[in-house]
Amino acid sequence: MTASETDGTRDAPPSMSGRRSLATALAPALTVAVSLLGLCLLWNLAAGVWPSRAFPGPGQVWQVLLREAASGDLLYHLGVTLGRVAAAYIVAMIIGSVIGVLLGSYRRVDRFFNPWVILFLNIPALVVIVLGYIWFGLNEAAAIGAVAVNKIPNVVVTMREGARTLDPSYAEMATVYRFGRLDRIRHILLPQLQPHLAAASRSGIALIWKIVLVVELLGRSNGVGFQIHLYFQLFDVAAILAYTLAFVAVMLVIELLLVQPVERHATRWRRRPA
Amino acid sequence: MQPVGAVVPLKVDIAEKTFRSARGVSITALQDLSFEVRQGEFACLLGPSGCGKTTTLRILLGLDKDFSGSFQLPQGGSNRIAAVFQEPTLLPWRTVEQNVRLALPKSLRAKNLDGLFDTLGLAAMRSLYPAELSLGLARRAALARAFATEPAVLFLDEPFVSLDEQTAERLRHLLLTVWSARPTTALMVTHNLREALMLSDRIIVLAPRPTHVLGVFDVRLPRQHRNSQVMSDLLRSFHHRFPDVT
Repeated sequence: MTASETDGTRDAPPSMSGRRSLATALAPALTVAVSLLGLCLLWNLAAGVWPSRAFPGPGQVWQVLLREAASGDLLYHLGVTLGRVAAAYIVAMIIGSVIGVLLGSYRRVDRFFNPWVILFLNIPALVVIVLGYIWFGLNEAAAIGAVAVNKIPNVVVTMREGARTLDPSYAEMATVYRFGRLDRIRHILLPQLQPHLAAASRSGIALIWKIVLVVELLGRSNGVGFQIHLYFQLFDVAAILAYTLAFVAVMLVIELLLVQPVERHATRWRRRPA
Repeated sequence: MQPVGAVVPLKVDIAEKTFRSARGVSITALQDLSFEVRQGEFACLLGPSGCGKTTTLRILLGLDKDFSGSFQLPQGGSNRIAAVFQEPTLLPWRTVEQNVRLALPKSLRAKNLDGLFDTLGLAAMRSLYPAELSLGLARRAALARAFATEPAVLFLDEPFVSLDEQTAERLRHLLLTVWSARPTTALMVTHNLREALMLSDRIIVLAPRPTHVLGVFDVRLPRQHRNSQVMSDLLRSFHHRFPDVT
């Protein structure tokens, strides 16, 4: 018995040459670099037109950045903030996804808990942070917990939408072939939720790092938020911008080197447009 | 492993299956549906579209538990069941080979599948994703998945619909080839009489709603002797017994 001619593969994946794949990988990065350079030039021009201590040019900010980096402060505070962002992100994604999938799968549970979700969605971040510090003390757990609580309702809403789009035929196939619980989660549930996980992650990371800064400003003695608070009292705008841009750069690198490759790997099975 | 010969047939005895529509109207889909498939036999459930064949299969697969009555699945060897659905239902995010291996119990995960893939003409497509396959090839992968599990009973729900006749015919021959290599109690749902006559040892003819068994047509002739002449004879005697079934 051999393979037939009539029902062959629709399109075999073309074998890509190494050079071409390298060029396609570099093109987006190049566009980003050129775009950022343009913004810097515009900033430089504006700072030249209106010279003021409250609006330093990119050169000044760069000087401060180098000074802070040389003293080791920059790296330390970036690291601390990044750690908090990562911890809050992981906590929020896990708890939010579990709750979201449950609400999306069980209509009655959803009807009961939906008002709670709306309530938590609308509690201002500041209130959660202040209450967290009052109830649990000025400690790391309260800080990370407060950030996670702020993010969880958003994750719940996105993942609930995702769970509603689950295709029951895959679950039935898994029942017939007696998939184990872990196999079901890994091979049936997560791949179907992947687009929603990606959406929740994207909006999540951006929101979380902004809230982490507030948490640090209110009740921590290190991190980018604490430093910004410090330089605000010293009226050192250049240092404020240096810390902000440094952290934005870190997030950009994470997006390019971690988020996008992970996403490409997760969607490798989708057919590329020819 | 027990010998495959343990003689417990597939025994179905569904008293009633009722659907409730959104407006509260209840529709009886199945009533007093009972039949038997002997060990190692290939049987077809034949009936017009929408007569409850798929409903019956879903009950037997354990996907629908809201019915009255009982059924017994064949035991012996493995107690596993396998199904080939109307749609291939392959996981789009896993390759053909991963799709097949995932359906296997842990103890068989590493098993050699070369022979099966060769027979089904899938040897070159093992590392492709389902979206890269034609419907015919995806159906073959679904067959590979079902047979790889070495089930005690195999259920097929119109596995060859929406294929062109030529491809469907080749798939029927492939199905017979893999099935003959390891004859498994099998129940296939179809509305295609010719297909049923070609593949099965026994055809269970169903009457429309509420579905019950109209009669059983046994085909005792070995499959390799069912040439076009014999097929038309079979057709004639079938129509003689069931004049209302097309």
